[in-house]
Amino acid sequence: MATVRLNVNGQNRVVEDVDAQTPLLWVLRDSLGLVGTKYGCGVAQCGACTVHMNGNPVRSCQIPAAAASGAAITTVEGLAKADGTLHVVQQAWMEHDVPQCGYCQAGQMMSASALLAQNPKPTDADIDAAMAGNLCRCGTYHRIRKAIHSAAAKLQKKA
Amino acid sequence: MNTVTEARLAAERHVLDILSAAEAQVPASPAAFSRRSFLKLTGLAGGGLVLAFWMGDEATAVAAEAVGGAKAFAPNAFLQIASDGTITILSKGPEIGQGIKTAFPMIIAEELDADWAKVKIEQAPINPKVFGRQSAGGSRSIPTSWDQLRQAGAVGRAMLVSAAAAEWKVAPTELSTEKSFVIHKASGRKLAYGALASKAAALPVPDAKTVALKDRKDYKIIGTSINGVDNRKVVTGAPLFGIDQTLPGMLYAVYEKCPATGGKVKEANLDQIRALPGVKQAFIVEGNGRPTEVMPGVAILATTTWGAFSAKRQLRVVWDETNAATDSSNEILAKAQELAKLPQGPGVVRADGDVDKALASAAKKVEAFYSYPFVSHSPLEPMNTTAWVKGDTVELWSPTQTPDPALGLVANTLGIPVDNVKINQTRVGGGFGRRLMNDYACEAAQISKQAGGIPVKLQWTREDDMAHDFYRPAGFHAFKGAVDGYGKLTAWANHFITFTVDGKVPSNSANYPAEEFPAMLVPNYRVTQSLLPLGTPTGPWRAPRSNGIAFAVQSFLHELSAAAGRDHLEFLIDVMGEPRWLEPKTEFALNTERAIAVIKLAAEKAGWGRKLPEGRGMGLAFHFSHAGHFAEVAEVSVDRAKRLTVHQVTVAGDIGPIINMTGSLAQCEGAVIDGLSTMFGLEITIEAGRVQQSNYDRYPILRQGMHIPKIESHFIQSVYPPTGIGEPSLPPVAPAICNAIFAASGQRVRTLPLVKSGYTLA
Repeated sequence: MATVRLNVNGQNRVVEDVDAQTPLLWVLRDSLGLVGTKYGCGVAQCGACTVHMNGNPVRSCQIPAAAASGAAITTVEGLAKADGTLHVVQQAWMEHDVPQCGYCQAGQMMSASALLAQNPKPTDADIDAAMAGNLCRCGTYHRIRKAIHSAAAKLQKKA
Repeated sequence: MNTVTEARLAAERHVLDILSAAEAQVPASPAAFSRRSFLKLTGLAGGGLVLAFWMGDEATAVAAEAVGGAKAFAPNAFLQIASDGTITILSKGPEIGQGIKTAFPMIIAEELDADWAKVKIEQAPINPKVFGRQSAGGSRSIPTSWDQLRQAGAVGRAMLVSAAAAEWKVAPTELSTEKSFVIHKASGRKLAYGALASKAAALPVPDAKTVALKDRKDYKIIGTSINGVDNRKVVTGAPLFGIDQTLPGMLYAVYEKCPATGGKVKEANLDQIRALPGVKQAFIVEGNGRPTEVMPGVAILATTTWGAFSAKRQLRVVWDETNAATDSSNEILAKAQELAKLPQGPGVVRADGDVDKALASAAKKVEAFYSYPFVSHSPLEPMNTTAWVKGDTVELWSPTQTPDPALGLVANTLGIPVDNVKINQTRVGGGFGRRLMNDYACEAAQISKQAGGIPVKLQWTREDDMAHDFYRPAGFHAFKGAVDGYGKLTAWANHFITFTVDGKVPSNSANYPAEEFPAMLVPNYRVTQSLLPLGTPTGPWRAPRSNGIAFAVQSFLHELSAAAGRDHLEFLIDVMGEPRWLEPKTEFALNTERAIAVIKLAAEKAGWGRKLPEGRGMGLAFHFSHAGHFAEVAEVSVDRAKRLTVHQVTVAGDIGPIINMTGSLAQCEGAVIDGLSTMFGLEITIEAGRVQQSNYDRYPILRQGMHIPKIESHFIQSVYPPTGIGEPSLPPVAPAICNAIFAASGQRVRTLPLVKSGYTLA
């Protein structure tokens, strides 16, 4: 058992008495109570557990908590601003009424927001490449695509 | 065949009951809902109007308990109007992604003439004695609630109007309502609902039958697009789902069952498991042998999910498989192919006219063998439930589609009275029919009990989820069909090869409905069946039965129109014949006029008959299920290497008026993608009673970027009452695409999934 120090959504968090190999996913959910990040498959096939590590989208079910120490972790709970202003991706998700059951959408939005941070004007092919790791069992793929394009357009306006 | 225990059969019967309840037909006439009344309740903090509404008079007095007050009929949902104008509507059914938590309140708000911006929606507590049906299944939520919810809103509106009329001393007929205001046009006065609420609460409740409902042309909310009421919570990662529940002092549980259904624990390395870090308890659960409740296994309780998951990997169980399933997909296929050679099956599902005579005298005869595989539901949220047994009571937090029957199942599992079971409905991370079952809830309750009354969250792994499903049964169809010299469909024989648990009746969702299309549309029609033993549980999967049958039936119908040299659009319309209900006096039957209308609309919108380049083709398929008439046209390209592109799927449906347009379009989009995903690449295979796929790597659900087609959906909002949309748009997807593949390439697909025949997505 070990003590793991994490930086999550801008805050330093200390998790004591934890197996250092515990995937980040379960430390976020069980130790820190950040349950927005979801478990779907445990083998990096579904993307429901996607979070940002230093801005890059990663499958938190595959990252040992100790390996995340020192990195800046962002989860879906940290996408919006502290004052509650939603991230442009969250806004677009609401405007396009993307969620059906909603279970995969935290992971979808984390992949989409990372994509837009790196590529503010993605093409359909860029979206395909960035989003192929996120399964949606309800089949909301069209609306996800539309929402990403519309979030990108909003970012262009702001820029 | 294995020894089939009484418990196993009891589980089969339970699933059948669930399905029957889910698909129960509601009376066509609102007059059948007699003795409907509404109860006014007091006690809302800060004053205001509280209306409870209910149906029937069999469950009296329970309502009063629910709100603490007078004795009355049992209500099944509540509407509250507070003095500040806030309108609270309770939504009684599980939200599984079908959008019901938004659609139900829209109906009430419409008749109430509420300002939607002031409507607050809450999930109703689970109590079927108070709320009636609280399940989500069979696309029945809307049709079974339509009259009830409209009247609830209308009664509320009538009372607010009466209160305003008394205030202004004018006749109620001089008043109108709009966006939470009562308006007296003649004098230019208006009063807000909030200001009238307490006065309205002092008035008698009118008889619902005397309250006028709106004409459809006057709808302002119904038929518009209202985005999901919990969208903000979803996009901010709020704890909505079953998996997100926690309790103080809770332990995290996993449960290992025999990979072959029915195996019992002989021995397990429990001492070794108990010594692992974080593990608090490990024990054997005997179970009651019912797959719908608790099968035998080993429970491990740990301080974290990961601790429990890690310990499960170290668990070694020796199973007694004396009575376990020994199913083999390969053997099943071989037997089905053998049985298909028989002229017909021993069981008769339906026999009209003289099929053999019609086949003998036919101008053209076609024979074909179709098959489709077992599939898993695989909702993205793996099964889970949080349970806390306290003495002879239990409280659960469960992502279930059927909380009401879950009460009885959990009570039976624990051997306690049903009234001692409390279930809290959570949001559900995907249903698709899997969560019509409550096995995970029963397991959680049993584990909490055996652990000594500790609160536990039982969390299945994805591997557990794929290994212990109630699978969509595979199906095999040996068809013979005929057309006469005019190209008219004259004979249809379908030998359906399916499964059984008891050797007598088909397994759950493996039966053939006697009224399934094209029954009653062909003069000489025969469906017979053969039963193969199966130990693995089966169950309803989105559009149960129709999801497989439609592929076989609507593809074979296309083989017949092709044999007749006729255009499939024209042939299909001809098969429908004169406008009529196929079963009189029920609006849940196929209506040929509605069918023809959607077929024509799909064809028109897709540009049916358009000249297409080489290697490109269109396919048309219709299917009627869950009271919905749907026709779909797929446009595909196929090259010589069997690389497939599905360019577009055009959906045309008639489910009466649309309640929520964005939600309805979403259901069609989802159904097309689910249909394509499943028919293209998904298959569950079983050997030695063990499911061979364990995670998404070998169960490749369609992903973004896998050439997901353009989807266009159109609705005919006919005069009939609304019916559900979660399921009926799915069955036509596979045959439309397969018929398009034939048009594009001349290759007939008779086996699903497509990957088995060498197809890839371009």
